[in-house]
Amino acid sequence: MADGKRIDEATGTSTVGHEWDGIEELDTPMPRWWLYTLYATIVFAIAYCVAYPAWPLVDRATHGVLNWTSRSAHAEEMRTEGARRAPTIAALARIPIERLPEDSKLLDTAVAGGASAFKVHCVQCHGSGAQGFKGYPNLNDDDWLWGGDLKAIEQTLRNGIRQPGNEETRTSMMPAFGRDQILTPAQIEEVVSHVLTLSGREKPSAASRRGAAQFATNCAACHGAGGEGNRTLGAPKLTDAIWLYGGDRESIRQTIHNSRNGVMPAWGSRLDPVTIKMLSAYVHSLGGGEDFVPPAPKPSTAAPSAEAAATAARTKNGKP
Amino acid sequence: MDNTVSNAFAWLILGILAIFAAAAAADSGFSFHMAIMAAVALGVAFLTMSRGDWSERTTPTVPVGRYYDEVIRWGVIATVFWGVVGFLVGVVIASQLAFPDLNLSEHTNFGRLRPLHTSAVIFAFGGNALIATSFYVVQRTCRAPLAFPALSRFVFWGYQLFIVLAATGYVLGITQSKEYAEPEWYIDLWLTIVWVAYLVVFVGTVIRRAEPHIYVANWFYLAFILTIAMLHIVNNLAVPVSLLGAKSYSAFAGVQDALTQWWYGHNAVGFFLTAGFLAMMYYFVPKQAERPIYSYRLSIIHFWSLIFLYIWAGPHHLHYTALPDWAQTLGMVFSVMLWMPSWGGMINGLMTLNGAWDKIRTDPIIRMMVFALAFYGMATFEGPLMSIKSVNSLSHYTEWTVGHVHSGALGWNGMITFGAIYYMVPRLWGRSRLYSLRMINWHFWLATLGIVLYASSMWVAGITQGLMWREYGEDGYLVYAFAEVVAAMKPYYVIRIAGGLLYLAGALVMVWNVWMTIAGRLRDEAPLSTAFYDPEKDRPLVPAGPRSAVAA
Repeated sequence: MADGKRIDEATGTSTVGHEWDGIEELDTPMPRWWLYTLYATIVFAIAYCVAYPAWPLVDRATHGVLNWTSRSAHAEEMRTEGARRAPTIAALARIPIERLPEDSKLLDTAVAGGASAFKVHCVQCHGSGAQGFKGYPNLNDDDWLWGGDLKAIEQTLRNGIRQPGNEETRTSMMPAFGRDQILTPAQIEEVVSHVLTLSGREKPSAASRRGAAQFATNCAACHGAGGEGNRTLGAPKLTDAIWLYGGDRESIRQTIHNSRNGVMPAWGSRLDPVTIKMLSAYVHSLGGGEDFVPPAPKPSTAAPSAEAAATAARTKNGKP
Repeated sequence: MDNTVSNAFAWLILGILAIFAAAAAADSGFSFHMAIMAAVALGVAFLTMSRGDWSERTTPTVPVGRYYDEVIRWGVIATVFWGVVGFLVGVVIASQLAFPDLNLSEHTNFGRLRPLHTSAVIFAFGGNALIATSFYVVQRTCRAPLAFPALSRFVFWGYQLFIVLAATGYVLGITQSKEYAEPEWYIDLWLTIVWVAYLVVFVGTVIRRAEPHIYVANWFYLAFILTIAMLHIVNNLAVPVSLLGAKSYSAFAGVQDALTQWWYGHNAVGFFLTAGFLAMMYYFVPKQAERPIYSYRLSIIHFWSLIFLYIWAGPHHLHYTALPDWAQTLGMVFSVMLWMPSWGGMINGLMTLNGAWDKIRTDPIIRMMVFALAFYGMATFEGPLMSIKSVNSLSHYTEWTVGHVHSGALGWNGMITFGAIYYMVPRLWGRSRLYSLRMINWHFWLATLGIVLYASSMWVAGITQGLMWREYGEDGYLVYAFAEVVAAMKPYYVIRIAGGLLYLAGALVMVWNVWMTIAGRLRDEAPLSTAFYDPEKDRPLVPAGPRSAVAA
């Protein structure tokens, strides 16, 4: 149908001569810039294929003249970054954690690194602001279950809480007073009343006075006579407004009935010592960090007594 | 008569088999789907018998001397319907991202509604638009009536059944977890049958054409139909756990499965959303502009280069993964080379307006089409750019990708489809013009504003997200936790909802306009110009004789 050619008036270009349902086509040459850009992308593609791994052969692909691989590029990046950070890491590995505050620059680096690691490993339970949730402590306050100085935090992080098989793990076990029928429901109710008076939530009553006697027999060994808590055993302070599992009557009743015994992984088996140091520095920096006090001259006496208390609790529980 | 009885009998057998399958099914989802299948098959059997022509004369299905347009009318209605459904679900899942409390139940959570949205817009809205326009265009550019009218009805209704099975499956949790290929094995088999029938109708019509040459739009339609068939079959090769259960396992594993999936996924974009819609463009733009195509030579070169290059570009979806380096290289360079072949379509579309540029001002349908081409150009520039590995390391897995896809989908696919619908509706229903040309302006501006809000918010969100993920402090540690980056996205997610709502509102304006046009109403308004239509010229050169009646 080439005989259908005509010159299009508006453009002055010839048509090709075909026509479909009234549609014609102009015989305009391809735009030069279009064609040359197409050629340029082809040239780029060929050059790139020469430079980088590209063409599959029988048992491997061409390597490319740059000898680049994504694995070596990644390894190189990691090596450079590792070398850049090596002095800091070495310094952190060297310094005993309790002396970290003496080197403020190193401390800042450790806190920044800890903040980053915290976002990866800790936010799932403790929250992105370290504010905690029910059962997961708030790390911003100065109420510490197992101690709030750098060394104590580091030990808790490294060995975890109630991790079976770890000799140094933080451990203790509150008996399930109701479930194991150590106390009757009525007695538990009275203990709850007493506990609520300790933090001033309720006024002393006849029930709370009866509960005080139960408290002295069953609870004071770990929580202290006045409910001041015991960090060696991770026994919470009962006199303040901070409650890990809730401070209302029902929550406390549940806690005494079933006990709680929360756990945390032993990060020492998952993270390197420097990262744990940095995490400790970060958690310490959140607001409630305490100064490290060198242990008393007779450290050996504290441990057996703690052990004895824990044993007592276990025996009472009926589950050694 | 014999034909009617044997047809009805075949449907009856299929229905009974489906009832048995539903009763013996290994899981409730499969049972539900077989029940749908049984209801449809028995319904078709009943309709076939009750509508059968029991006199001995043969009535031609297609009116002599006209094109077969009935199936296209259904297709236009289905396109509009599924479009609104797809846009609505899009707004819902966008809201779920901004306000997670809207994830109300397991059936309507984001994970299940997201494939519902993508399949509804791509395969239900886009697919119906492609089927309807391809039947419209192939008849008119071949000047021949549709080759197998009865088979074309099967294609249309069979495709609707595929959509219903896929969509209900997503909500019930039936998925093979391949993006854009979520339907399970038995739905894939059904689609394969429908698609082969589609190919037969299309090629049959091209073969019976009255024109000596095949018009460029038909090259693109044919490339789309053939390639989608190949992609669909290969990517869905799977072994069902039970022939009476929904679950199957892919024939490929690991990185091979990933590469097959993205070979499919990328070319679903390339051949469904690019080649197929370019075919629409090549017919409706010159018809509406009443101008010749800008360059025949460009159309040849850009067609073949597009077809040749697109099929290799899939690996760019797997940069920096377990995919071997060499495959990533090839995915990237083929994507870069794809830039000009893609733009060839934009140039040919836009420059067709040479000598008629004033119509952008006066003709709202042309304005819509030009806008579609502009967004097509933008998206096909952005695509090669994002395939470059260093850019991809920033853009990958971010909202930028979402913005990119939607500037193509809302801007290009949506707008060119709206233009085609506005072109076809008065012609298909024999109206002198649309109910309202001025309402197209409303649709245009609502959609445009929606796209601008959507795309710009997602660009900003994506680049913010990418930069936050890779932000290291001086001491070498990541600055942001993942959750902090999620929180930073919230304002952009809210802006996106606004964009989606505007786009949906535009589509509702179209629904009203199409509805009233079909109802035969004309809005009393100041006239706007549009393309001239002569129904007398809208006829095949070969009359639809007994041949097509027999084929039916």
